Amino acid sequence: MYDSGKILTGLVIFLFLITFPFWYNLGQASYEPPDLVLPEDSQQCIEPTQWMRTNHMELLNTWRDMSVREGLTTFVSTSGESMEISLQKTCMDCHTDKVNFCDECHNKAAVSPYCWDCHIAPEEVANGQ
Amino acid sequence: MFEKALRGDRRYWAWIILLLAVMGIGSIFYILQLVQGLTVTGMSRDVSWGFYIAQFTYMVGVAASAVMLVLPFYLHNAKQFSRMVILGEFMAIAAVIVCLGFIVVDLGQPQRLFNVVLYPTPNSILFWDMIVLNGYLLLNIIIGWSNLSAENKRLPHPQWVKPLVYLSIVWAVSIHTVTAFLYQGLPGRHYWLTAILAARFLSSAFCSGPAILLILALIVKKVAKYDPGEKAVQTLATIITYAMLINVFFFLLEVFTAFYSNIPGHTHTLAYLFTGLHGAGSLVGWMWVMAVCAILCLVLLVPPKFRKKPELLVPGLILLIAATWIDKGLGLVVGGFIPNPFESITEYAPTIPEIMISVMIYATGLLVLTVLWKVAIGVKKETGSA
Amino acid sequence: MDNNRRTFLKIAGFSVALGLGGGIPLSLQAYTPADVEYVPTNAQITGKRWGMVIDTRKFTKPEDFQRVIEACHQTHNVPDIQGNEEIKWIWTDHFEQVFPSSSNPYLAERYEQQDFLLLCNHCNTPPCVRVCPTKATFQRPDGIVMMDFHRCIGCRYCMAGCPYGSRSFNFSDPKPYVQNLNPDFPARMRGVVEKCTFCAARLEQGQMPACVEASNGGLIFGDLSDPDSEIREVLRENFTIRRKVELGTNPCVFYIV
Repeated sequence: MYDSGKILTGLVIFLFLITFPFWYNLGQASYEPPDLVLPEDSQQCIEPTQWMRTNHMELLNTWRDMSVREGLTTFVSTSGESMEISLQKTCMDCHTDKVNFCDECHNKAAVSPYCWDCHIAPEEVANGQ
Repeated sequence: MFEKALRGDRRYWAWIILLLAVMGIGSIFYILQLVQGLTVTGMSRDVSWGFYIAQFTYMVGVAASAVMLVLPFYLHNAKQFSRMVILGEFMAIAAVIVCLGFIVVDLGQPQRLFNVVLYPTPNSILFWDMIVLNGYLLLNIIIGWSNLSAENKRLPHPQWVKPLVYLSIVWAVSIHTVTAFLYQGLPGRHYWLTAILAARFLSSAFCSGPAILLILALIVKKVAKYDPGEKAVQTLATIITYAMLINVFFFLLEVFTAFYSNIPGHTHTLAYLFTGLHGAGSLVGWMWVMAVCAILCLVLLVPPKFRKKPELLVPGLILLIAATWIDKGLGLVVGGFIPNPFESITEYAPTIPEIMISVMIYATGLLVLTVLWKVAIGVKKETGSA
Repeated sequence: MDNNRRTFLKIAGFSVALGLGGGIPLSLQAYTPADVEYVPTNAQITGKRWGMVIDTRKFTKPEDFQRVIEACHQTHNVPDIQGNEEIKWIWTDHFEQVFPSSSNPYLAERYEQQDFLLLCNHCNTPPCVRVCPTKATFQRPDGIVMMDFHRCIGCRYCMAGCPYGSRSFNFSDPKPYVQNLNPDFPARMRGVVEKCTFCAARLEQGQMPACVEASNGGLIFGDLSDPDSEIREVLRENFTIRRKVELGTNPCVFYIV
């Protein structure tokens, strides 16, 4: 082929870059969930912990649409418990420490949800806003 | 064919680098706007649309104007346009990209842009604007590229493109009508609430777009030694002249209705724009410059003998572009918001970041235009075609 | 060479289709706990068509207005921004600005001197809802013109569409401008439009709108479709006007002047 030197070099660089995430962390310790400050007064979240870990994002999205758009503001969980659909009034009622709970996992997983661009974390109120 | 844009002389590459540099500087200001919000612009609670949307409106007109070449050439066999049509189609592509760019920089939450597609809302004209603009972009890309590609291989235009061409003629009218509908259906904005707005938009588009095209084509004639042909220039200049006459006429119709009826909703904005109202009048100077430019350009363009002289045609076209740009790009949007719903006035002027971001978008359009025209002219010259 | 390229493209296209086709059902079955419910709250105040009457005779002193405005803005974390980028959900203005078509140069003294409250009229045929491209502002079955701040793309078409100037845009981050953050209600971020929501969130929890509660009877809020409601009685017994009726928006905020 024409320009085979340039093409093969380019191909090698491309493969190097595109497989980077897979081989860069080889041999390092596996992902460990960070230490979280759990709420003192409750043992169990509204749903089982493992389910919440994987699904709290989708749950919050559904809560948002049900509450704001459909006007259905009470959630009945799988255990039959009813609660008000509200990030600030329900979730953060127990999880009062955003920095040592929410942010710990989010920072380690390198995600930045935009919830608190609008919603108010308990610390903001405490800091005398 | 794209490789034709990768070969050029020093001036070509200097121009490309200049455009990229301008885009780079503008993008710094855009990042500032993303971080701080639209407070970096001059918009306010009362004037909630400003320079960005005004430029968008003007460029939709420029994009639609390709139809002024496509219609005569494909429907009526106006062979004199054979070396110009592709320039028009490619300019439409660049213009639509500029439009989309201005919409994106105007949004408060641009990362949510896809919501317009995810939650289609047929009762919203903005939804239809998104559809027609993107459709028109796609049409022009397909039509322009396939036809040019065929010419490159010294083949006749493919038959399957013909129905798309006819569609694009209707579609061109629709994009600017839909854009006018954005404005003319709003019950609270009396400067815009008029059926003739769509007609005014189209007439303004059909003179300003081809005028811009003609100026750019004359520049390219000097710079790239590509001559679209004297017949093409003269026919287009004639079309531009008639369109401008209709455009000015429509504007004067608005003035009559407003001032003869004396209805405040109609008179107040025109009074603000041309004489100032309640002590506010930052656009008065601009509007009278527009009036003078419009009259002068007609003086230079209407007599056929003047149109034939490039030293009169070119200033005439530049005056026309200035007049239509002030009308749509400055007066229209701001005028709709002044006076506000409480009959008081909050004035507007674009800020430096706003202007720099707008320059970035225009530079992007010019970059697209340069690359596409380089390809088109390269093909046309190589195939020595008519 | 051409045939090989065609085959390559066919295989590539087929693989993409297979990947997408396989991925979508797999991801769908991950979520959805089967036995949860979303229901309206028991305490909810229901109505078929909410409306409000502003008894302007009861708003005579500045404190009357301030109480009402502060109740609203405090409850909803509305920022206090000075200048032309201000955000206001409920505010005051003079008669000429509120009712331009009813004004005259020889206005009675009481109307010359007094201020009038303005807010979103929660129109029955709202132009803002008609123009929103994402349904971020939408009309609820009970008539409230609601805002979904999560969906708003900040295009401000609704602001151009509203003939009453009821909507405000967050030109910058509002949180620094909020005096006391209310932990029971979110704020907004820069880039979205906001306005009065007739306290839909409070209605759902069984509370009257904040402004109505703070108004000492100056604001009457109720169900316009219920002929036995207080608001209908007030409307029967008092002459009321609305803003810019000629525009076809059917506003549901009435003023006893």
